[in-house]
Amino acid sequence: MKLLFSSNSRHGIASLRNWILALVLIWMAHFFVADEIDPYFFSIIMYAGINIILAVSLNVVNGFSGQFSMGHAGFMSVGGYISAFATTQLETIYPEWFAHSFLMSLFFIFILVLAGLGAGFVGILVGLPSLRLKGDYLAIVTLGFGEIIRVFILNIDTIGGARGLPNIPALSSFGLLYSWVVITIFCIWRLVNSAQGRDFLAVREDEIAAEAMGVNTTQAKVRAFVVGAFFAGVAGALFAHYLRYLNPQTFDFNRSFEIIIMVVLGGMGSLTGSVLAAVFLTAIREALRSLQELTRIDFRMIIYSLMLILLMLTRPNGLLGTRELIDFIPNGSRKKKKSLESHP
Amino acid sequence: MTTLHNETDSLEALEVKNLTIQFGGLKAVSDLNLQVSKGMIFGLIGPNGAGKTTAFNMLTGVYRPNSGKIQAFGKNLVGCRPFQITQFGVARTFQNIRLFKNLTVLGNMMIAMDHHPEQKHFWVLPSLLRTRPMVENEIQQEKNCLELLKIFKLDTRKSEIAKNLPYGDQRRLEIARAMATGAKLLLLDEPAAGMNANETKLLMHSIRLIRDEYQMTILLIEHDMKLVMGICEKIAVLDYGVKIAEGTSSEIQNNPRVIEAYLGKVPTDE
Repeated sequence: MKLLFSSNSRHGIASLRNWILALVLIWMAHFFVADEIDPYFFSIIMYAGINIILAVSLNVVNGFSGQFSMGHAGFMSVGGYISAFATTQLETIYPEWFAHSFLMSLFFIFILVLAGLGAGFVGILVGLPSLRLKGDYLAIVTLGFGEIIRVFILNIDTIGGARGLPNIPALSSFGLLYSWVVITIFCIWRLVNSAQGRDFLAVREDEIAAEAMGVNTTQAKVRAFVVGAFFAGVAGALFAHYLRYLNPQTFDFNRSFEIIIMVVLGGMGSLTGSVLAAVFLTAIREALRSLQELTRIDFRMIIYSLMLILLMLTRPNGLLGTRELIDFIPNGSRKKKKSLESHP
Repeated sequence: MTTLHNETDSLEALEVKNLTIQFGGLKAVSDLNLQVSKGMIFGLIGPNGAGKTTAFNMLTGVYRPNSGKIQAFGKNLVGCRPFQITQFGVARTFQNIRLFKNLTVLGNMMIAMDHHPEQKHFWVLPSLLRTRPMVENEIQQEKNCLELLKIFKLDTRKSEIAKNLPYGDQRRLEIARAMATGAKLLLLDEPAAGMNANETKLLMHSIRLIRDEYQMTILLIEHDMKLVMGICEKIAVLDYGVKIAEGTSSEIQNNPRVIEAYLGKVPTDE
């Protein structure tokens, strides 16, 4: 008899094959292609990568666990500032370390994890009190917490306050950033397809029933929140070391909205949908920039909102709904395995 | 059965003492006493608004009683959260079906079985790396789920989305899901509501089957008297939050207070 997750029964190293292949391709592109790309176009690719991490990580909270969080930019800023503060301080104390770029990249990985953990910790602090609330109330509270984090940073003078934090060393390379994109998607994909992820889905579907089936819903929600915050922190750190300048204003609620739009547009509960939407929205923002220069009106937000209205009218579940891209491939391997989720 | 002499086996499955809950000035349930022995099918009946579901909600931790004691398999349930109570071996179904609507039948079962007391728990790293024990455990868990689904003849519908199932199947899936938590005491809140006579008959058969084959204890609320009188070995009747009668089906049927609660008092001339 064929088992339901039969194509999923590969384990250990064998199951990692495609992911490792993706990493190899990224590093090949890093060494052979990245330098050839036009710098403007290159920056769009980099921002797209950062947005992918943000959108995919927010999807764990908003899409898979059904907890509408609006403070993702707050966690991003925590990660960004922790890492930027660490590297700028180090650069002034041990400038000779920074001469060795390979050593520094290795060290930067450690800093990224640290930034993620810092953001995750803030995630616990924010999540424990606010996740008792549901729906609109949770959205308002997380929005508030996001702003609190921003104002808090605004008032710390050692990290620049309103002036911002300049001269951050440029440590986010193409290879490193996209490796994290792959790591993020990998971790979250595996997580939502495991027992932990089933808890998230249960909470989203019916909290009372989930609790009655033995799911510790508070813990599951906080867990999802922390995972989301961790990767948001990493994205913030990568962002800081690419732009090389941080300003609290960058992380206001507009930034959170942008990420939410990506998740909603791609489909709540679809990782590949988030990836597509992140790339699409990053690209369209740049495309609209020329239009803005021409007319001197910021069309971006108008088009964003129009797009969302149109989408809600035609595809209320987002572009992909809860499906993944792979579900659309006829005779794809996922067809046989059938996920836990509905494909309306 | 030799296991009857075990220490834990001598305990009642469920013991409720002086359970009371008040909403404002209204005593929804007052001084309820129940004793459900292991392996029994126990019925809780009463007119609408008698406090049956409120009693269930206290037993499963949704409401916290104002006073009274609840013990299941020797463990105190008062003050525990619903998920803890489930882990003590008490699981429930809902009056208005509460399945994970957008997940498959098997998905519903897997979630419940994740919290089976004997289920191995894997922390984040094995899940990320899909280690061999984790994957094997997943496959085994799925087999166990299918076995349970087979009792309710739902194994052929494992990949269907729960909300697309016919009503009777949804009710049965809810019972199967409650069993998947590893519970030994099932609280069924109107399991036959909305079922036709045939489906009810099938359900009665299934309830007896799970009691006999899986040593379940069952406490059920039901309005369908055919089901209650047909399978319950003991019945308690609630009216306005007070237990007015307890006994076998024939005792209940002839109890004047029960008849009064359901049909009203015969007016007497003063």
